[in-house]
Amino acid sequence: MVINYLKQRFKKPQNDLRYRSLWQYIHIDIILVLCLALLFITGLSILYSASNQSLNTIEKQALHVGFAFIVMITVAQIPPATLQRWAPFIYIVSISLLIAVLVIGHISKGAQRWLTIGFLRFQPAELLKLAIPMFLAWYYHRIHLPISTKTALISLPIILIPVIITAKQPDLGTAIVLLIAGSSVLFLAGLSWRLISLLGGILILCLPLVWWIMYDYQRQRVLTFFSPDRDPLGKGYHIIQSKIAIGSGGLFGKGWLNGTQSHLHFLPEHTTDFIFAVCGEEFGFIGCIILLFLYTLVIARGWYITLYAQDTFSRLLAGSITLSFFVAFFVNMGMVTGILPVVGLPLPFISYGGSSVMMLMVGFGILMSIQTHKKLMTT
Amino acid sequence: MQKRIPIKNPAQEIQLVTKRAVVACIIIGISLFFLVARLSYLQIYKHPLYTTLSKKNWLDLVPLEPTRGLIYDRNGILLAENIPIFSLDLIPYQVKSIEKTLTELKKVITLSETDIVQFQKQRKQLRRFDEIPIKFRLSEEEVIAFAENQHRFPGVMVKARLMRHYPLGIPFSHVLGYVGRINQQEMSDINLTNYSASHYIGKLGIEKYYEDDLHGTVGYEEVENDASGKSIRVLSQVKATSGKTIYLTIDSRLQTFAAQALTGHRGAIVVIQPNNGQVLAMVSEPSYDPNLFVSGITQKEFQVLQQAEDRPLYNRALRGLYPLASTIKPFVAIEGLDSHIITATDTLHDPGWFQLKNSSHIFHDWRKYGHGTVNLEKAIMSSCDTYFFHLAAKLGIRRIDSILTQFGFGQITGIDMDHELTGLVASPEWKRRVKGIPWYEGDTIISVIGQGYMQTTPLQLATAVATLATHGKRFIPTLLLGDKQPGKQYYSQPPLTIGEIHLNNPKNWDIVIQAMEKVISSREGTAHRFGPHPAYTIAGKTGTGQVYSKNYMRGSQLGLPEKLRDHYLFIAFAPIDNPQIALAIVTENSTQAVSIAKTIIDFYFKGAANGHQLSKTAL
Repeated sequence: MVINYLKQRFKKPQNDLRYRSLWQYIHIDIILVLCLALLFITGLSILYSASNQSLNTIEKQALHVGFAFIVMITVAQIPPATLQRWAPFIYIVSISLLIAVLVIGHISKGAQRWLTIGFLRFQPAELLKLAIPMFLAWYYHRIHLPISTKTALISLPIILIPVIITAKQPDLGTAIVLLIAGSSVLFLAGLSWRLISLLGGILILCLPLVWWIMYDYQRQRVLTFFSPDRDPLGKGYHIIQSKIAIGSGGLFGKGWLNGTQSHLHFLPEHTTDFIFAVCGEEFGFIGCIILLFLYTLVIARGWYITLYAQDTFSRLLAGSITLSFFVAFFVNMGMVTGILPVVGLPLPFISYGGSSVMMLMVGFGILMSIQTHKKLMTT
Repeated sequence: MQKRIPIKNPAQEIQLVTKRAVVACIIIGISLFFLVARLSYLQIYKHPLYTTLSKKNWLDLVPLEPTRGLIYDRNGILLAENIPIFSLDLIPYQVKSIEKTLTELKKVITLSETDIVQFQKQRKQLRRFDEIPIKFRLSEEEVIAFAENQHRFPGVMVKARLMRHYPLGIPFSHVLGYVGRINQQEMSDINLTNYSASHYIGKLGIEKYYEDDLHGTVGYEEVENDASGKSIRVLSQVKATSGKTIYLTIDSRLQTFAAQALTGHRGAIVVIQPNNGQVLAMVSEPSYDPNLFVSGITQKEFQVLQQAEDRPLYNRALRGLYPLASTIKPFVAIEGLDSHIITATDTLHDPGWFQLKNSSHIFHDWRKYGHGTVNLEKAIMSSCDTYFFHLAAKLGIRRIDSILTQFGFGQITGIDMDHELTGLVASPEWKRRVKGIPWYEGDTIISVIGQGYMQTTPLQLATAVATLATHGKRFIPTLLLGDKQPGKQYYSQPPLTIGEIHLNNPKNWDIVIQAMEKVISSREGTAHRFGPHPAYTIAGKTGTGQVYSKNYMRGSQLGLPEKLRDHYLFIAFAPIDNPQIALAIVTENSTQAVSIAKTIIDFYFKGAANGHQLSKTAL
C-alpha cells in the first residue's frame, strides 16, 4: 500500500514549488527538530539530577548541544548532490586520519583515539560513522540495485578496514557502530538474504577469532556480561549497580533528584554511559517508556525521510543514519539493562559529552538536507 | 546464465529499499519489545528485590553500644567505671595490605610488639569488617600525630571509646572480676543482636554474674551511606539503654583494709553481716590488677600470673578448700548438746590421748599431756581434742554430717558469683563411692577435729559462723545491695533467707557462744592473744589445719619449710548480743590469722564508733 502510494507520488506532476514552506526554504525539518529538542530537554533534566545538580555541567552540555544544533542546521544547507560528490573524498580523508591516529595519536584514557588539529580534538572514528555509509551510498548509487555478490565483496573491506582499526584502538563500541552503519547500507541496498546468512554464519564462526583479537579488558567485559556476579566489586559492579538502580525505580520511579544509586555514587559513570539507569531509577518504568517513545519518534521521522527521499544515494544514506541512531541508543540501553555486554557507548542526547552528539547532529543535518532539498516534487 | 543489464530502475530500487526498510522496522520493533520486556522485568517483576538491594546499598543500621553499668560499694564509692580513651582501630577489609600498613603506622605511632601480637590475635577472631583496635589509650600527641597522617592510612582510624576501669584495682579483683573481649565461645551463648555493638563482656566475678544487668540494651541508628561507605546523615536513632548501676554490699574501706592486712600472706577473709547475709568484705590474697585484663592481657603477662607460685588468679575465698580444723568444734558441740549426748556440766579427764574400743590406734590431743579435767566450755576454749574424740564416738558420723549440712557445709552458699566450690561433708557413702574403701570409726574421730576428709571454703565458713551468731538464721550470702536503672526506682535486694536451724533447746546456742567468747577472753583461750577489745564483745574459734602430718606438735613448726607449715583458721562474730559482723579468715602456712582478724574487727568497730555509717548511704 505504501509502495502504491509512493508510486502515485512519483508520477505526480512536478509543479508544486509554491507549496514549499518557510522551514523548507531554510532547510529545517521542523518535526525532526522538535523531536530532538524534546529529547535534549529531557536529557538535560536527567543530566542535572545525575550530575548532582551541577549547573556547571548543564551549562557545558547546553553549549555542546547548542553548537551541535548550529552544525546540524549548517549541514542541512548542503544539498545531497554535493554530499554525494564529496563522499569518496570524505571517506579517504577519514581513513587517513584514522591511520594517523594510530601513528601520532595522543594517548588518552589508555586508548589511541584522539587526534588534535590546532585547537580541535576529535576522534576520526566518529567521522567514519557517516563517511562509510556515505561512501557506500555513493557507490551503490552508481550501480544497479540490488547489489550483486561481487559488489558485496568489494564493499566488505570498505567497511571492515576502519572497523578493525577502530576495534584495535581499542574502541569496541564505536567499532560495532561502524560495522552496523556500514552493514545497514548493504542491507538496505538489497544484499541477498543468502549472502546475509552466509556473512552472519562467517561472523559467528569468526567469534573465537574475535576473542583472540580482543584486548583483555574487552574479554573481561564479555565475561562479565554473561555472569556479572563473577566479580561483584570489580568488573561486574557497573552492571549490578545499574540493574539495582533501574529495578529499584519501579513503575513510577523514586522521583526526580531522589535516586539513591546515583546521588550516593553507587552507580558508576552515571552522567555518561550509565545515565539511562538514572532515568530508570528516578522516573521508573513510565519514564523509560516515555524516553523510548521520544527516541522512536525520531526513528519514525528518519524512516519517513528515507522513504520519501529522492534518489538512491539519499535513501540509502538516510536509512543508514536512522538505523545507526537506533543502534546507538538501543545498544546503550541494552547494556545498561543488562541484555547486552558493556561496550562504552553513550546514550545519544542524554549522556554528558560533546563528541558523539556532534556526529549524530551532522547525521540529522544530512537527513534534513535530504528532506528539504527535494526538487520538483516537494509537498 | 542471463547477464544482468545494468540499467537503473528507480521504481524497482525504491521498492527494494522500502521492502528492506520494512524488514528493518520489524527488527527495530522486536528489539524495542525486548527492551520493554526487560524493563518491565526489572522494574515491575523484580522491583521488590532491587528495592531491597538498593536499600542495602545506602541504608545501614549501625548498632549503638550501651554504656556498661557502673558498680559502687555500699557507701557509694565507685568500684568500676567507664573512662573515655582513644584507641587506634583498623578495619581489615578497607586495608589493602595490613602488614604494610602496620609497618607504616610504626613510623607515626609507637607500636610495641605486644600491640601487634594482640592485634593479630584479635584479627583471627573477628570478622573482616569489624574494627580491631591496634593500640589502646593513645596519648594526645599520638592522636594528633595520627590525625596529620590519616590520609595515608585508609581503613585506620582513631576512635573514642569507653573503657572499663577499676579505680581501686587489686583488692577488688576477686570480687568484681573484670571484663574482656568477647571470645568465640561466649559468642555462641549471647544474644548477638544485643551485643552487636559491644566489644566487652564480663568474664569473672560480679562483672560476669550481673552481665545481663550491667550490659544494657543495644540501640541503633539508621544511616545513609554513600558508595565509599561514608555515612552521610543519620536518618533515625533508637538510643541504647545503659546497663544498671549496681551497688554492692561490699564496704570498700573494709575491703581495702582487709586486703592490706592480709598482704604478704596467702589466704582469704570473708566478712558477713549475720542478720542479712550481706558480704562486707571478701578478700583473697595474693591478687592481681583487673585493669590488665581489660585492654587485653598479653600471653606473657598472663603466664606470669598463671604460673606464679602464690596463684594470684585463684579466688581462695570462693574456691579455696581447707580442712575445717578445730573451727568445726562449736558446730559439733551444738549437735552434742541438742541431742542430749552431753551437757554443759559433763566433765571428763583428758590424759592427752584417746583410744577406741577394740582398736589399738591412739588419737593424740594437740597438747601432749592433756587438758586435765575438761567440760564443754573448756573443751571449746582451749580446743581440747580428746573431749571431742569422746563426743564423736558417741555421736557417730551421721549426726555430725547432719549438723554440718544444716550449717551449710558441703554445699554451695549460693552467693552471686560463679564457680563457687561446695567443700565436702564426708560420709560413709561418699567414701565408698570416691575412695572405694569403707568408713572406719577412726574416720569419724578425726572428722570431729576437722582433720579428716571434711573441707570448706572461707566463704562457707563465714556463712556458718553468721548462722551460729544469729542462733540459726540462715541467709544466702549476697554481694548485691541493690541496683538502679536510669530513670527507674532504686531496687533494694531483700535478705535471702533459706530457713533456720531449730534446736530442741535454744539455750544450747548460748552455751556454745559463751564458750567461744572464752576462747578470746580467757587466759587459757586459744585466741587469748587476740587481746583487749573494749569496744565490742566477741566470740570466736581458732583452727589449725595440718599440712605436714608427721609434725603434729606445734613448737616444731618454725623448723619446717614455709609451705609445710600449718594453715591457720579463725572464725569470729561480734558483738555477741547483737552480731554485726561474722568473719572467717584463713592464712596459709602462717599463724597470723587471729591478729589479722583483730585489726580488721577493730577497724570495723572504730569506723562504726566514729559515727561512720556502714549501712546504705549516698545512693
